[in-house]
Amino acid sequence: MTSLALLVPIALFMGLMGLLAFFWALRRGQFNDLDGAAARILIDDEADEPQP
Amino acid sequence: MTGTVAPGRLTGPHAAGDTVHTLLVVPAMHCAGCMAKIERTLGRIAGVASARVNLTARQVAVAHDHSVTVPDLVASLNRVGFEAQPRTATAAPVSAVRPLLAPLAVAAFACMNVMLLSVSVWSGADGPTRNVFHWLSAAIAVPAVLFAGRPFFVSAWGAVRRATTNMDVPISIGVLLATALSFYETLTGGKEAWFDGTLMLLLFLLSGRALDAMMRDRARAGVDALLRQAPGGATVVASDGTTIWLAAADLVPGLMMRVAAGERLAADGAIVRGDSRFDQSLLTGESAAIAAATGDQVLAGTLNLENPVDVRVTASGADTSLAEIARLMATAGQGRSRYVRIADRASRLYAPAVHSLALLSFVGWLLAGAGIYHALVIAISVLIITCPCALGLAVPVAQVVAAGALMRRGILVKDGSALERLAEVDRALIDKTGTLTFGRPVPDPACLAALDDAAASIALALASHSRHPLSQALTRALAARGVRAGELTAVREIAGRGIEGCAGTLAVSLGRTTRAEGMATALAIPGQPVWIIRFADGLRPDHAEALARLAAMRVPCAILSGDNAAAVDWAAQATGLAAQAGASPADKLAAIAALQQVGAKVLMVGDGLNDGPALAAANASIAPGSASDVGRQAADFVFTGESLLALPRAISVARASMRVVRQNFAMAIVYNLLAVPLAMAGLVTPLVAAVAMSTSSVLVIANSLRLARMPR
Repeated sequence: MTSLALLVPIALFMGLMGLLAFFWALRRGQFNDLDGAAARILIDDEADEPQP
Repeated sequence: MTGTVAPGRLTGPHAAGDTVHTLLVVPAMHCAGCMAKIERTLGRIAGVASARVNLTARQVAVAHDHSVTVPDLVASLNRVGFEAQPRTATAAPVSAVRPLLAPLAVAAFACMNVMLLSVSVWSGADGPTRNVFHWLSAAIAVPAVLFAGRPFFVSAWGAVRRATTNMDVPISIGVLLATALSFYETLTGGKEAWFDGTLMLLLFLLSGRALDAMMRDRARAGVDALLRQAPGGATVVASDGTTIWLAAADLVPGLMMRVAAGERLAADGAIVRGDSRFDQSLLTGESAAIAAATGDQVLAGTLNLENPVDVRVTASGADTSLAEIARLMATAGQGRSRYVRIADRASRLYAPAVHSLALLSFVGWLLAGAGIYHALVIAISVLIITCPCALGLAVPVAQVVAAGALMRRGILVKDGSALERLAEVDRALIDKTGTLTFGRPVPDPACLAALDDAAASIALALASHSRHPLSQALTRALAARGVRAGELTAVREIAGRGIEGCAGTLAVSLGRTTRAEGMATALAIPGQPVWIIRFADGLRPDHAEALARLAAMRVPCAILSGDNAAAVDWAAQATGLAAQAGASPADKLAAIAALQQVGAKVLMVGDGLNDGPALAAANASIAPGSASDVGRQAADFVFTGESLLALPRAISVARASMRVVRQNFAMAIVYNLLAVPLAMAGLVTPLVAAVAMSTSSVLVIANSLRLARMPR
């Protein structure tokens, strides 16, 4: 039972960190363009060189 | 650069220090390739610090210094094939999903943690451990419920204040009572707390709500992008000959507009110089172009087809002939706002039933000799178990999945209620110009097929240099045939005559001809006979199949057009439909009202300004993506492709989604038939409630997902 006294706060703390991370992301505008974020992974970085 | 006006200040960018931030709307982008192309093109311009695309909003945010002007940015995007426009400040879209994301996250966090604590309570923790766990749960759940439940409380309070009820009323009552009871149990060291079930309920309902909002956001982004594409202004010539671009709102009577060929008029006026032909089809549905010379009146919204003209503005803004249509629309839309969505209709039956059942069990247990506390616990457990968890998901999930399926087929759905209204329609009225037909000239395929390869490549090269509607139609048609444009030198456009250029040593031209009836253009190549290319406003492809499918779905169609009788008769004969010609916007409204009087549910399909009031008044409405601003705004659905098959497709998906909604309701009712007697008997524990709720929700979601695989 003493292990619970340690584990429950740890679990809650980690969950809370996740929630805070989500709020931080929300405020930073990470959820403003969900379609774009999904498509961005397909952009080929190498084509960034000046084209011939 | 301080003290000077920032370049392009008129069009809306705002300066921040030395960099200017400009928002451009690029309606055509749709994939990763487009995003990369746009960002790289803009990024390569000297003076541009950054360019970031927002695909959902079809916008690109550009940070640049004062050396770059907005027209520079637009021009460079045009060169890589994207139409772009600076965003007008008035059209700031507000996302419906964003305010729901934070409550959703809080509900998810709280639900998971409280569930974790509840599992140990269910598996036998008791005494001080259980009390500690209950207190921990309460510490997480009470603030979480108050925060995450706010969207429901606000909506429920709004309904109660107007003395009506909606789905949110039973939800709010159930959630608040369950939280209060659980808190009381925690205070008194009781055995059972319902925090887990309450939070799970909120989580499921918020997910449904967020999905619903996401659907509306996405469709609106698509429609907004189309809307912002329309040019709303005119080039105004000052008395000293200088020209300046003014937005439509800034035009006042007395100003002189210079209207190029291929441009739409932004205000009513009288021609001062030049003569041309005008396409009024958007305004009246009339397909034949109208000739107007110096002194003649021309109307806002008409398209100048041939020559540049100078027009003295006689009326603008609210005084134009458009205003009459706007007034009709304002009154026509009122009928639709009275429509009650199916979820709210269901809750009108559901809420009183549930609340009287809860009251019944409270009174019943009191009569049977139980204490007030015990009877109250049972009554509240009835409320919790009947809380419309599955019911709250039944409608939004089905509609979101259906809207997603439609969107993949190029049909944008404005909101969920549109699907409900479309599922009910049993009559369809179809406008002719621009809806049944393309509403723009299409070159005769036989004429194009007759061109040899060299002539076709010269024609494409010449046509691609002009903004004239016939040239643009020819460019589109030839490019679609896989023709490559030939090399031309010394190309110049002579207003009212056509385009000339040199292909190698040959002087070639494309332009006006008097040799053919109707719309036609002549391609002259030395040493060859003159090629005549005829144009006609053709019926959309697949119109026969689309109309046959509509008939098979028991949706009889008729043509309702503002065009002249001869043109409408031709379309009526080609399609085999009954037709009413020469209908003014008010006539169209009357035709719909007459059908609605006899109990028909009318679907209006139209595109023009003249269809606006009818689109707003009909039970449901569809507009093609090529429609006027007014048409797209008034319609519930916008289809982007060329095929009229979008109509039967939209109706069949709407009907399928309503079938699934009804199945979902049936499942929710069966679930309640099983669960309510248990709850009234006092047999429901928090564990049973949690399992029952999640099972019914998963069933409803799984059933709705079947819509994603709808056949054509």
